Order: sequence, then structure tokens, then C-alpha cells
Amino acid sequence: MLILSRKSNQSIMIGDQVEISIVDIKGDTVKVGIKAPRDVPVFRTEVYLEIQKENQEALKTSPDTIESLGGLFPPKKDKS
Amino acid sequence: MIEIDSKPFGKVQIDQRQKIHFPYGILGFEHLKEYALLDAAQEPFYWLQSLEVKEIAFVLLNPLIFQPDYNVELDDDELQELGVEKPDDLLLFVIVTVPKDARKMTANLQGPVIIGREKKLGRQFISNDLRWKTKHLVIQEHGDAGKQSAVC
Repeated sequence: MLILSRKSNQSIMIGDQVEISIVDIKGDTVKVGIKAPRDVPVFRTEVYLEIQKENQEALKTSPDTIESLGGLFPPKKDKS
Repeated sequence: MIEIDSKPFGKVQIDQRQKIHFPYGILGFEHLKEYALLDAAQEPFYWLQSLEVKEIAFVLLNPLIFQPDYNVELDDDELQELGVEKPDDLLLFVIVTVPKDARKMTANLQGPVIIGREKKLGRQFISNDLRWKTKHLVIQEHGDAGKQSAVC
């Protein structure tokens, strides 16, 4: 992994389309600004990994289980 | 009609209009971009079936059925990307994970799947709303929502 030191308000270019700037540093939190083309999705790593993991998990759902799910969402009763 | 090989039903005929293109794939499966939306054996569930790998199929559910407060904020660019011009064009789903004990099924409200009906384009978004997590207990929250509306 390439490691670079940057100060507040400095930035890094990744290729000619993506720019990462250090907006602010307070204590142990760094605010990062990201400029990227729309077709480059940007995610917080832990959220990205969690959704990836959940998608993997979802694949274990068996078609047989779905067949057994009849009547789970009955129309809600009238208020009367 | 075209024939596809599906995880839930084996070989089935589908209408061309059931095909959905996911330009970015589904997170973790970015290389798979072609899917079909199939009715599941039970309403109101759907299958999002990969047309490239038979074993890749996700169960989808409209989250508003059990979580009426749910919403996803998309900006104009994102809507345009899905070819959505009017609210009717937009289909909102979440991926459901159903364990053997089906009553413990969970829905991923943090990673909703949005489909533009007109252009047949789909994308999995990541919600920045901290209320929405990857594992919401569907049956339980459906019950809670019912109670609230009964009190009103």
C-alpha cells in the first residue's frame, strides 16, 4: 500500500478523475472530501463490507422456505 | 418469451420485459449485471435471478409492507441514471434473508435495490440514514407497524 502524508486542505489525485482531499483533522477523526466521476461508487469500507456480507447471506435463502411463507402479511385489520 | 435457468424454478419462460440490467451489479457480485425479476411462489415476494449464474438469486420484498416509514433519498442524477422520470417508474425493494425458521427472516434496509421500471435499470444503493440496518426483523416490525396504525 502506498502511504502519503497530507496536511489539512491538501489532496491526492488518483488517476486524472479522482481527487481525495483532507478537509479537516480533529482529534482522531479526519474529514475527507472525495471528487469522483458518477460511475465510481464511493462507500465507507465497513458499510460496503457489511452489505456485501448480507448479500452473501441472502443467497442461502432456500426456495422451499419461500413456499412456506403463505399468509405472512394478511391485510391489516380495519380500525373499526 | 425467453427461457432462463433459475434457482427457484429451474428452467422457466420469462417475458423480455422482466429482464433488468444492473450496470454496477449487486454489491459483492459486481461482475454480474443481467437479472430477471420473477414472482416468488408466495406474494409479496420476488426473486431477482441472475441470468449469468443460476445459483445467484435474491429474494426481494417491498419494504413499505412492514416498515411504512422507510424511504430512500435519491438525487436527480441517480434517478436519471435509472431512467426514472415519474414516481410511478420507480420500484423499491430490499433484499430478504430467510433462515430455516422463516419467522426470523431479516431485510436489508441499508442496501435497497431500486429499479427503474421504464428503462429496466437497477442498482443497489447504500442508505446514509442511520435508522436503516442490514438486518431488520420483518415479521416483528410488521407487527409493530400494525399496532401503531391500530392506535391511531
